[in-house]
Amino acid sequence: MVDAEDRYILELRGVSKFFPGLKALDRVDFNLRGGEIHAIVGENGAGKSTLIKIITGVHQPDEGDILYEGNKVVFHNPTVANRYQIAAVYQQPASFPHLTVTENIFLGHPVTHPTTKRLMWKEMRQEAKRLLHSLGADIDPSATMGSLSVAQQQMVEIAKALSVNARILIMDEPTASLTRRETEDLYNITKKLRDSGVSAIFISHRFEDIYEIAERVTVLRDGKTMGTWKVNEITEHDLIKAMVGREINQLFPKKTVSFGRELLKVEGLYRIGYFSDISFSLRAGEILGFSGLVGSGRSEVAQSIFGIAPADAGKILVEGKEVSIKSPMEAISYGIGYLPEDRLEQGLFLPLSINDNITVSIIDQLTNRGWLNPSREYEISNKMLELLKIKAPGIFHPVSSLSGGNQQKVVVAKLLAARLKILIMDEPTKGVDVGAKAAIHQIMSDLAAEGLGIIMISSEMPEVLGMSDNVVVMHEGRITATFSRAEATQEKLMEAAVKVTRFA
Amino acid sequence: MKPQNSLDKSSKLGSVARWELLLVILIIGVSIVNGRLSPHFWSYAGLMDALAVFLEKGFMVLPMALVLVIGDIDISVASIVALSSVVMAMSYAAGLPMALAVLVALAVGAGCGYFNGVLISRIPGLSAIIVTLAGSSLYRGIAYILLGDQAIGGFPSWYSYLAWGYVGNTSIPFIIVVFILCAVIYWLLLHRTAFGRKVYAMGNNPVAARFSGIPVAKIKQIIFTLNGLMAGMAAVFLTSKLGSSRPNIATGYELEVIAIAVLGGVSPAGGKGSIIGVCLALILMRLLRYGMGLVNVPGQVMLVIIGVVLVCVVMLPNIFGSRRRSWKKIKES
Amino acid sequence: MTDKPTQVKREPVYLRLRGFREFGIIIFIIIISLLIGIRNPRFLTLGNFHDMLLDTASLSVLALGMMLVLVTGGIDLSMESVLALTGMVVAMTIKENPHLSPLLMLVLGLALGSLLGAITGLIVAKGKVVPIIATLSMMYVYRGITFIISGGKWVSAYEMPDSFKEMATGRLLGFSNLITIALLVYLFFYYFVNHTRVGREIYAVGSNREAARIIGINSEFITCLVYIISGALSGLAGVMWVARYASAQNDTASGFVMTIVAACVLGGVSITGGVGTVFGVLLGSITIGIINNALPMIRVSPFWKMALQGLIILVAAIVNIAITRNAEKSQLRRREL
Repeated sequence: MVDAEDRYILELRGVSKFFPGLKALDRVDFNLRGGEIHAIVGENGAGKSTLIKIITGVHQPDEGDILYEGNKVVFHNPTVANRYQIAAVYQQPASFPHLTVTENIFLGHPVTHPTTKRLMWKEMRQEAKRLLHSLGADIDPSATMGSLSVAQQQMVEIAKALSVNARILIMDEPTASLTRRETEDLYNITKKLRDSGVSAIFISHRFEDIYEIAERVTVLRDGKTMGTWKVNEITEHDLIKAMVGREINQLFPKKTVSFGRELLKVEGLYRIGYFSDISFSLRAGEILGFSGLVGSGRSEVAQSIFGIAPADAGKILVEGKEVSIKSPMEAISYGIGYLPEDRLEQGLFLPLSINDNITVSIIDQLTNRGWLNPSREYEISNKMLELLKIKAPGIFHPVSSLSGGNQQKVVVAKLLAARLKILIMDEPTKGVDVGAKAAIHQIMSDLAAEGLGIIMISSEMPEVLGMSDNVVVMHEGRITATFSRAEATQEKLMEAAVKVTRFA
Repeated sequence: MKPQNSLDKSSKLGSVARWELLLVILIIGVSIVNGRLSPHFWSYAGLMDALAVFLEKGFMVLPMALVLVIGDIDISVASIVALSSVVMAMSYAAGLPMALAVLVALAVGAGCGYFNGVLISRIPGLSAIIVTLAGSSLYRGIAYILLGDQAIGGFPSWYSYLAWGYVGNTSIPFIIVVFILCAVIYWLLLHRTAFGRKVYAMGNNPVAARFSGIPVAKIKQIIFTLNGLMAGMAAVFLTSKLGSSRPNIATGYELEVIAIAVLGGVSPAGGKGSIIGVCLALILMRLLRYGMGLVNVPGQVMLVIIGVVLVCVVMLPNIFGSRRRSWKKIKES
Repeated sequence: MTDKPTQVKREPVYLRLRGFREFGIIIFIIIISLLIGIRNPRFLTLGNFHDMLLDTASLSVLALGMMLVLVTGGIDLSMESVLALTGMVVAMTIKENPHLSPLLMLVLGLALGSLLGAITGLIVAKGKVVPIIATLSMMYVYRGITFIISGGKWVSAYEMPDSFKEMATGRLLGFSNLITIALLVYLFFYYFVNHTRVGREIYAVGSNREAARIIGINSEFITCLVYIISGALSGLAGVMWVARYASAQNDTASGFVMTIVAACVLGGVSITGGVGTVFGVLLGSITIGIINNALPMIRVSPFWKMALQGLIILVAAIVNIAITRNAEKSQLRRREL
């Protein structure tokens, strides 16, 4: 079996990785040929990031082997992986914001004087300039990393990978926050690298990425390998089926509701550097989808409305009355709730009990003049537990002991307990399992039917299409299109989301 | 559903109580040693003595527990004690009735705390560490500007009753009664009110607390003001005990106050701690100090021991915990 | 506020904040020097300038150590006690063995300081104790040990040999030896911080600990290292201090950590890590030196010093934050929407 076609530069055999209460990878097989671009696809939480971290030595597998050019290797830490010329470019560049571009490129493997070990800055700066130039990026090597845009930082990360003469380049959703022009540049660079013998692992949500540049594609679902195909031998439809494990059209329980009065109206909202000229309205019973690329300003708009980072200009009207919202507390008092995208960071108090988490936003209303009233709290918590079918032994258990999907339900419960009129849900089903996902969709649909207005921010195209009554698409801080449910298609949304920009 | 819930609750209480049980055992152990060292110790008067002396630190420990629970720290408290004391003494010397001077001390303390709180909660990026570090220099510095290296004494005789007196005809030290009162208030505040619930939430996850509509800045503001106010109160009792005031009093108190809180199970990383644990730690520290006093350990050396205890209390569970975790991993695989 | 952010003017891509900040401190130094000079002309003499530098020598060395700790996002309150303890040990050693070379004493100070710093560093890096708690404790521990080994007694000027005191009184090219030592330390650290791999790794850890881990930097080692360095420099400063004031006491440099932090914050070091330059810290130290030197000259009671220091820390920290915030704002403004 050692003919040239089947010689793998990297092979993973039966690799598993466990985290407390979670099997992130379950006997995954994966292989990579020399000079190949190999795509990995899967839903959020399918195990893609963990797989990468295993290949780059950040995590060590609990089971299974890694083979490099047919020999068994162990990547104890990232340095060892570096030695095998494996480099990664992450979606959120893992950089040093206070340091210069040159340093960011060379810090892991600086050019030093052979005898004195002095850092040779001039040489490094020149090399950095050369690398960036070869990528067609106009970036000053002496600029501090923190002053660059995300796309520019990604270019620096790629330059970093080039600087170690990487033989295996891993790209984790590199196109997620790039404009179309930048994306095409990236395709060209990746192809050029492939032609020079570099192998690339390309992780993406976007099928056009895969069909454009990859030779083979491996699908992960729930930490397991679903299979590996040549891209010209599998249709998009089959790929989706492999990813989600079922036909997607049966997923969404959205009921048709006639809209009521206008709950929220936003006019000309503007925040320096984040978004501009944002206007839309939300009516009772409506689910308004917010689509667009990561980093297009959707979450920032939501957080401005919720008072986390108030806007610099523009009007917000709640039920026709103009309001000024400077803090989440005020937003809640106007009946606006926000389900944050990052539930661990922004939504949950992990060591605290389910009860404490559910009641935290409304604790003042549940007291007798400031004194806690446990029985009223428990009543509400138990009701939520039942309503949302949260799988937990009881309301006194710490949230940290629950699964991801049930944790997300607790965050939803916290929102529901507050009896709000307007819900802003930011990636409501990110990283939760299929069952919980369906349950959350069902709840959203029911809430809309009860007359609430819901803004749903989502990066998952099927979710947006399946759940929204109307869809707003954002790109680089502006609204580029608005579609009704009937008009919206995957192609139209994507086109609006990557709208060609003025300059790159 | 119901019985299961109550079962959960008792198991949750159990894990908290384990630390407190350990403190009780330590208290008993130290008491036995103290009893060996001094025959006087096991008498009622002896015990009251051991507990009441320097109990003013206890007033500072209670709010410090809150400061630590929200994940902050205040190292300016000792300096606030000094400034409150000096201002109180000077206003008395300037002719203010002592009772009003005592109120002035409380006001000065609360004022300093409020100032800390304003800076910490209103200027994002300005950490409690840097503010209270600067504060510890600023407040004691102001005390020096006001009084130089002098001392003021000669307070009215009733004032010394605060630290030395007994309640009515009983033999219960007045200061103990006041402390117990304060402890009960803080216990209620932290464990029985919505305010306390928000404090824990903030300590566990400040970002999520903000996203949950908790007025994070306001609560910080209140807690730092309370911390200052209680430092002012400690100043009143400390000055009463010393009989005079000078700018260098209460040096090193911040270490001991933080040490007691941490010893009582309050996590310096925030989110964890109980008033009962803190009170037990206070008793333990009192008894330890009393015992060290019996064998003539100088004050400087006591600070060494307290420092080592503080570091060990924080460090040992970290080291032990990580070892236990890796053990668990080995066992699983 | 217009609603046309697309027309926000584009500034050139450079944002040389560091240069700007240090330039600001220099202007500030010149202005206060002139003001003080107007009040008391003696302030602007060469002799006084030299005295001021001499008094600032140990502070500037200490501030360098503190800077590296702050850059990693920690803080070292124990420096003043390490200074006192090594100062005491060195003074007692030289008292018993007056023939020993002063150079050897410097080495002893460095070695003992490193050892004490290593203990603190291990507690922070391996014991995972928050720096503020760890170093606050060690501040009292080392201070107490100073008291224990000295038995509460001082070592005074007449008990030290002249050769030792000459470290401060002797001159090289017109400058006191202490100033020369400080200068050498600065040259060394300028090189270390900017031109060695480990030096840059300190900044990397302070800038983004997780990213540092990913590129294979051992952040526990770096954390430990900065405390060893701050210990070593405290030890060195301890020897310098004892030579300068020709005495070692239990309360040597008590409360001095405030001055050190003030010098760093004035020099633009960020308390949250990642930011700080050798040159900035030097300027910060000199500024503090000028203020301390000038206070008696403009007849301000020494009792003002402490409060003033607290105030300086506060104001400087707030100014640093304001500068950073401004830079971020203008960066955002340049982003096109």
